[in-house]
Amino acid sequence: MNLPESRSTADPAPPQTGKIAKHHLEEWRGKAYVYLCVLLLVVIIFSIVVFIASRGLTPFISQGVSIKEMLFGLKWAPEDDTPVFGALPFLVGSFSTSLIAALIAAPLGICASIFMTEIMPKTGKSVLQPAIELLAGIPSVVYGFVGLSVIVPFLRHTFPGQGVGIMAGAIVLSVMILPTITSIATDALRSLPAGLKEGSYALGATRWQTIARIILPTTMPALLTGVVLGIARAFGEALAVQMVIGNAPHIPHSLFESATTLTSIITLSMGNTTTGSLHNNALWSLALILLIMTFLFVFIVRLLERRVKRS
Amino acid sequence: MKKSVLLLITFVLALTLAACGSKNANNGGSASPSESASQSADNAGGDVSGSFIASGSTALQPLVQQVSEKYMAKNDKVSIQVQPGGSGAGLSQVAEGTVQIGNSDVFAEEKLKDADAEKAKSLVDHQVAVVAMAAVTNKDVGVDNLTKDQLVSIFTGKVTNWKDVGGKDEKIVLVNRPASSGTRATFEKYALGTKSQDLAGSIQEDASGTVRKLVSETPGAIGYLALSYLDDSIKAVQYEGVEASADNVASGKYPVWAYEHMYTKGEPEGAVKAFLDYMLSDEVQNGDVTELGYIAINKMQVKRDVDGNVSNK
Repeated sequence: MNLPESRSTADPAPPQTGKIAKHHLEEWRGKAYVYLCVLLLVVIIFSIVVFIASRGLTPFISQGVSIKEMLFGLKWAPEDDTPVFGALPFLVGSFSTSLIAALIAAPLGICASIFMTEIMPKTGKSVLQPAIELLAGIPSVVYGFVGLSVIVPFLRHTFPGQGVGIMAGAIVLSVMILPTITSIATDALRSLPAGLKEGSYALGATRWQTIARIILPTTMPALLTGVVLGIARAFGEALAVQMVIGNAPHIPHSLFESATTLTSIITLSMGNTTTGSLHNNALWSLALILLIMTFLFVFIVRLLERRVKRS
Repeated sequence: MKKSVLLLITFVLALTLAACGSKNANNGGSASPSESASQSADNAGGDVSGSFIASGSTALQPLVQQVSEKYMAKNDKVSIQVQPGGSGAGLSQVAEGTVQIGNSDVFAEEKLKDADAEKAKSLVDHQVAVVAMAAVTNKDVGVDNLTKDQLVSIFTGKVTNWKDVGGKDEKIVLVNRPASSGTRATFEKYALGTKSQDLAGSIQEDASGTVRKLVSETPGAIGYLALSYLDDSIKAVQYEGVEASADNVASGKYPVWAYEHMYTKGEPEGAVKAFLDYMLSDEVQNGDVTELGYIAINKMQVKRDVDGNVSNK
């Protein structure tokens, strides 16, 4: 703010034209800054997609792997004499862990947000919300290690099998996605117009009736948005899942048998393979599948948001 | 005022990013000229200067890290960065010239095959240590010794109960490594003599610490670990009646071992050469190498070539 003033005293030019130029300059500067940021962002996103696609499509285009084999094949043996790349076990593992994690976390998260907004707003805001938000700040390697040290032994002693597997992965993930689901649900419940609730109470409905028949149905699309974002987060989580899922490239017969996900096979093998080798490129193909799945999740969220606006 | 500062920061950031981008693009082709120029040795006084990156194998990383810190403390004109990332990444990066040293658990020829075979030829091998592996089991299985045939049956799924190999009646749980792992390649090549299978229900982990934890906690588990990871929580079994020990490896009695390689693109010079010489000096070989659980390269009474042929030194 000091700069233009000092300039105007030093500048012999008429103050009025100087003022207009300053406004224009400010306008131009602001515009240039925002445009530059947006351009940078677009370039970064675009180059990531192009890079992953160019690496990930190589096995299909020039290295003789068929897309059908990759998507529906059951056997993953990249280092055999005739390498086989069937990624169905990874897809099954990724989908089942994230869906089960969402099934566990969604009721917990939504109930927590109802508690925080409708039942005890004060305690909720001062105690429960910071506690749940804290979960988002814990590094995933810590989750993985806790999973390996606590959940895996517990499952091993309670259920048949070695403890590792889809169930262990889903439990670890459910805690990790709880903050996402809870905070989005809380925002949705808080932004509900007060008139709706008051109208319901005025008609003689109890608190539970208001929650179950007015609040939940009205905010349902927003709650689902939170759940889908949680699933997307679970789908992309690598390290914590890799530590507890067992990583056998097979579709397991039970939830307590070693399985694997797209992310865990990528983190396990990427560093051990050389750039440009078929195995390495096949891992990039898995990364491409992961990227496409994430786009799909974003697309679903957009659809849900449109429904929120319409209602 | 505020806006112009922000604007400036954004510009600087953008330029930095652009600079990084173009540098990486250059590195894709051949050795970056600026890096190799900075390595030029000041041989007049015998001391060297320069900076370089050693990247690759996570199994070799602790040794390189420790030795590089010692070396930098002695030569303050040299700066060394050690990056973990896996043998494959290390070999690719050194062949492309992105880094100056590529650390690997396996011979470059075993990783850079087929279309990449030319790349392997441009690399010079420096064997800096030997790492030996032992099959380890959970303490409850009751087996002290396994023959090669027994190990093969276990790791290919022909035998699924410990009682078939002389242990107690308990289901075998395999803790294997991922198919691309250098540790697994070594174990398959020298202990099994054949590829193992990714069996349903088996566990795969890459990190040795996690493998040890799983084997020690899972009843009936079997896996394999480098000697430096052995401790009381697990049981190391003998291989064909030979105990996995540094002496047995050095004398050639125990066959399950591999070299730790540090590859350079072409003959090393300047600071890189000085560092590799230091790595092979008696001070490091008898000190850090042994201390960290590797076996010193000068203690080996046998040597082995790429194809696995063993001969006396």
